[in-house]
Amino acid sequence: MTNKIRIATTSLGGCFGCHMSFLDIDERILALAELVEFDRSPLTDIEHCTNCDIGLIEGGVCNSENVHVLREFRKNCKILVAVGACAINGGLPAMRNFIPLEECLNEAYLYGIGVENAQIPNDPELPLLLDKVRPIHEVVKIDYFLPGCPPSADVFWKFLTDLLAGREPSLPYDLVHYD
Amino acid sequence: MSNSITIDGKPIPFSEGQTIMEAATAAGVYIPHLCHHPEYTPHGSCKLCNVKVNGRICSACTYPAMDGQDILNNTQELTDDRQKITQMLFVEGNHFCPSCEKTGNCQLQAVAYHLNMLDDHFPLFYPTRAVDASHEALMIDHNRCIFCTLCVRASQQKDHKDVFAISGRGLNKHLIVNAQSGLLKDTDISMNDQAAHICPTGAILIKHTAYQVPIGERLYDHKQIDQVSLASETLKHDK
Amino acid sequence: MNRFIQDLSEKNNFQPTHLLRILREVQAQYHHIPNAVIEQLADLLKISRTHIVSVIEFYSFFHLTPRGHYDILISDSITDNMLGKESLMTYFAQQLKVTIGEVRQDGLVSLANTSCTGMCDQGPAGLVNGYPLTRLTRPRIDQISTLINQQIPLEEWPTALFHVDDNIKQPDLLLNNLIQPGDALKALYQRGLPETLAEISQAELRGRGGAGYNTAWKWHLCYEGPEENAFCEVAAQKKQQRYVVCNADEGEPGTFKDRVLLNAYAHQVFEGMTLCAAIIDAEQGFLYLRGEYLHLYEKLQAVLNERRQSGLLGPNILNRGHNFDIEICLGAGAYICGEESALIESLEGKMGIPRNRPPYPVTQGYLGQPTVVNNVETFMAAAAIAVNGGQWFARVGTEKSKGSKILSVCGDCDRPGIYEYPFGTPIQTVLDDCGAHDVLGVQIGGPSGVFISNQEFARQLAFEDLATGGSFIIFNNERNILEIVNNFIHFFAHESCGFCTPCRVGTSLLKNQLTKIMDGHGSAGDVVALEELCQIIKKQSHCGLGQTAANPVLSTLERYPELYQQQLKKISYEPGFDLDGALETARRLANRNDAGAHLTQVEETYE
Repeated sequence: MTNKIRIATTSLGGCFGCHMSFLDIDERILALAELVEFDRSPLTDIEHCTNCDIGLIEGGVCNSENVHVLREFRKNCKILVAVGACAINGGLPAMRNFIPLEECLNEAYLYGIGVENAQIPNDPELPLLLDKVRPIHEVVKIDYFLPGCPPSADVFWKFLTDLLAGREPSLPYDLVHYD
Repeated sequence: MSNSITIDGKPIPFSEGQTIMEAATAAGVYIPHLCHHPEYTPHGSCKLCNVKVNGRICSACTYPAMDGQDILNNTQELTDDRQKITQMLFVEGNHFCPSCEKTGNCQLQAVAYHLNMLDDHFPLFYPTRAVDASHEALMIDHNRCIFCTLCVRASQQKDHKDVFAISGRGLNKHLIVNAQSGLLKDTDISMNDQAAHICPTGAILIKHTAYQVPIGERLYDHKQIDQVSLASETLKHDK
Repeated sequence: MNRFIQDLSEKNNFQPTHLLRILREVQAQYHHIPNAVIEQLADLLKISRTHIVSVIEFYSFFHLTPRGHYDILISDSITDNMLGKESLMTYFAQQLKVTIGEVRQDGLVSLANTSCTGMCDQGPAGLVNGYPLTRLTRPRIDQISTLINQQIPLEEWPTALFHVDDNIKQPDLLLNNLIQPGDALKALYQRGLPETLAEISQAELRGRGGAGYNTAWKWHLCYEGPEENAFCEVAAQKKQQRYVVCNADEGEPGTFKDRVLLNAYAHQVFEGMTLCAAIIDAEQGFLYLRGEYLHLYEKLQAVLNERRQSGLLGPNILNRGHNFDIEICLGAGAYICGEESALIESLEGKMGIPRNRPPYPVTQGYLGQPTVVNNVETFMAAAAIAVNGGQWFARVGTEKSKGSKILSVCGDCDRPGIYEYPFGTPIQTVLDDCGAHDVLGVQIGGPSGVFISNQEFARQLAFEDLATGGSFIIFNNERNILEIVNNFIHFFAHESCGFCTPCRVGTSLLKNQLTKIMDGHGSAGDVVALEELCQIIKKQSHCGLGQTAANPVLSTLERYPELYQQQLKKISYEPGFDLDGALETARRLANRNDAGAHLTQVEETYE
């Protein structure tokens, strides 16, 4: 099985919608499984990735843990791919960028409606939030971008089959969507 | 005496006084653009329509067609540059398509699709910009304004009002409205004004109409902007 | 307030074209343009309030919120920085107890940066309520701070604080052959109008602003109109108004020769304009004087009056039946207005946004009428040519660049000031004359020009080699090239009018990308990205500002690639923002400082 292409996937500041859309390739996943094996991914429960060919990243960079995970992927994946709107431009989570982080946390944990036991979480286990959500290309080098919210299953399929066939991946007009 | 230019090697006739854009559109040749609209005075600011005329970069929407011009439009070099200019427009503002009700009907997005733009390429500015929802029927989301001045021109030239202006300098440019309060509700704009409907992005929106056409069935979901634009603009240029 | 605005508008005949001059007076009176004034002006001038607001927000010297009663601006030109501007600015802020960029709590004083004020030979310089402060030192700052805190009116300040020197160090063709008022006009009428234009044509005089367009041809086009108009009825053509505009919006950092020419030889400049007016049949001229040269205004008005009294200006000049007068229009802090079509927009009382061309100003300029726009030095040269003949001028210089060029020499040299040279003079000659030692390089033509290294000093001043509007900034070997470039790039990002996408967004992206590299956060791809950005700004921008804004990077990248490469880390990528700094707020709010509450800027090794 060592000849198989190793793919790792993760979601940073995302909703796993891109992963769900990936699974929408439906029965084509059987054909894919002939050619690839999954390393670290919500699909496998493997915790860290090692020596992968392709890393698919969903979501933007919201907190310190996202940075660590993103770096692990960059280090271990030959090709790193930004998947979906959030990875590409921060997406919906980045809409908090226009509200100062302090105001966000105050609203959520101190003064918002229905807050009990008001306190900003300070457990060292918890990752800290960055002052702004960032697209992943501003933190590590990214090789390819798959736009969409989410990218359709056909986008994943087209991209991966291009790569697996040794072609330069490209998306035709009807596969390019930002919504 | 026949007036003719060539665009990407194709001979194209023109009549005296036409711009390169007008001649091209009439001949069914699409030149990407955002700030241009056939019914209004050309503006020449977005620079997407920049073409190479006898080796020199000119804006097709403002540059007059002149006999014998050898014009390059659909080249890899220009497409690459146009893509970067579009990416500049994206990173300068806050363009979150999934949460924008204009998605699918947005010309900025459609031009980006047409240019096969897959990412923003540049670091994002994430500027803090306001939303003016004061008006009962219309709203301005400044996050999406690209300073094309189409609303400014439409208000002046079609509606014979003067509701909008672009103010400020450089990256601080912003859309302002003609009211002492600075709010849209205190201007004399009406729902029926051309200016209310002309915005190529989701910066000026008609309220209560957002999702009448579902995503996936919108203008640019299945048609490229070149077809849409040529179909609608050929008629208008001819008028 | 009501009365003041009413009178002011009346004084300006309720002309919207006079908006800038009206706003200048309002700003001086109220330290900002109050909302009520905007409403009143909109009413009186019959223009929209949005028009007024957009003009206010376009020009650096207009404000919607109050500045201090003493509004101090410090020139941020590279030359001022080389003379220690940064630490003086900090000292100034401390002495005045004001934050840079802001107004002091009591509203008495404000302090901010401004683009080059054209005092590069006598900096560090600044402006107080528009008037120049030169040779700033700590003792001077102490003195100024005391004057402000005691609220002494500006008129009572020691005049030494405002003293501006001409520093004419080396005259040549023009400055050694000054004409007497009226000489050029007398020569014009003696020789004849077409004959005089022929002399200017024979002189092969080219525009001194830097672009080098043939002056006689420009005047000819303005008078004759473009070919397609040649068949129009002569009567209709003659009825057209034509305009003469002198571009004294000398904003290129490092340039100050027009200030000196206007201070010392205004007669000759006005004479050149009048000459042009007679030739193209114009009745109205404008001197567009950059706002930073407010101190010249009264003096220039006096020269104009003198000329009116001597029959050299006004109705029936020299009894030859030609009527012509000149109005002085002050700018309000916008480099872009040096671009001729932006200047015309500004003259019309609008934002200084360069027009689409064609049509060119010679056919459709001020108020849509044929207009000649020439540099101060060009008009001066034209007047001299009218007196001395085309041959006198054309025998000096090179094949493609006739005559001489007046330089504003500044930076690292013993004798900064005004130097005039025949075209074709090698750069080394200039360096020798002004006492420049241990030279690293010279910025020729200001930030929009080119940086030449010390291997290129045999190159010549000439349109065909090193063209310049006059800026000549010398750097010695102690200077840091990247810091110079950084200053220039900030300048362009600040001065971009914002009309077109490549310049509006591109100059700011360029500023950030350069900062990333300079701060040591760059990696291999970042210089490539920098250059790519430069190319697109240069290629795709609307006007000369954008098309030259990347020159500081491009010309140094070409000559000193290693300087940029040295800044790069040997890693594949590093973020352009401070990662650990981005956690600061969260750390503070969670009251954490453990190892997990921090991030390194680049990846550490993973287990």
